[in-house]
Amino acid sequence: MNLRRDVFQAIADPTRRAILLLLASQSMTAGAIASNFDTARPTVSKHLQILTECELLKQEQQGREIYYHFNPEKMKEIADFIEPFRKMWNDRFNKLENIMKNQK
Amino acid sequence: MEQRTKVIAEDGKQDLLITREFELPLELLFRAYVEPEIIEQWMGTKVLKLENKKYGGYLFETTNPQGNKFRFNGTIHDFVPNQKITRTFEFENMPFGVQLEFLEFEKLAESTSKLTMHSIYQSVVHRNENLKLPFSFGINAAHNRLQEIVNHLK
Repeated sequence: MNLRRDVFQAIADPTRRAILLLLASQSMTAGAIASNFDTARPTVSKHLQILTECELLKQEQQGREIYYHFNPEKMKEIADFIEPFRKMWNDRFNKLENIMKNQK
Repeated sequence: MEQRTKVIAEDGKQDLLITREFELPLELLFRAYVEPEIIEQWMGTKVLKLENKKYGGYLFETTNPQGNKFRFNGTIHDFVPNQKITRTFEFENMPFGVQLEFLEFEKLAESTSKLTMHSIYQSVVHRNENLKLPFSFGINAAHNRLQEIVNHLK
């Protein structure tokens, strides 16, 4: 549960969503990512740390540089997350429908 | 197959759209939202108060198998029979706060109708906490089953 909460908080932030969009097409170093934002570099580092902690990003060492990769599997988990909520309402509405059909 | 209940929760937005098409005439669908005995059946809750009118309010109470009570309440801002209900909704002591709900009831054909429920939350975080609700309930249910099994073993 804690991990899921983190994922949701991670994508609730506009800068972090922009980072994810940026990395969806290519892997980049922290410096290259930061150069896309007006935000101070330590702030971008903090965002990268949060995204990495909840596994939306993965780090890979290439020589002296650390590259950040987007993790699509984790993103899919977020989409799947809505399904139980939808199912809860669907079950509830099915019940409503059955009850009202008997009212006729 | 197309889903009859749809939930639209866009990333980074603090609202939620739920739509559902019913095999029920509009009037029957609307009754399911205004008659306490019927609400009690499909929501699995007790209706302590329900004033279906502008400036009215409602209070529901649900008791889980452990005997814990959960309360839901709100104020009704607009009430137009067979058309719409505008109200606030609060699941008390939950981390998702108070929502503003716009319920719209539409006739599709003689025997079919549609409900559109638009909920607005205080923030994106509040909305996402609500989306997580079935997970925490699922975990509780699993926990309860486990407890039952353990009790049997005693």
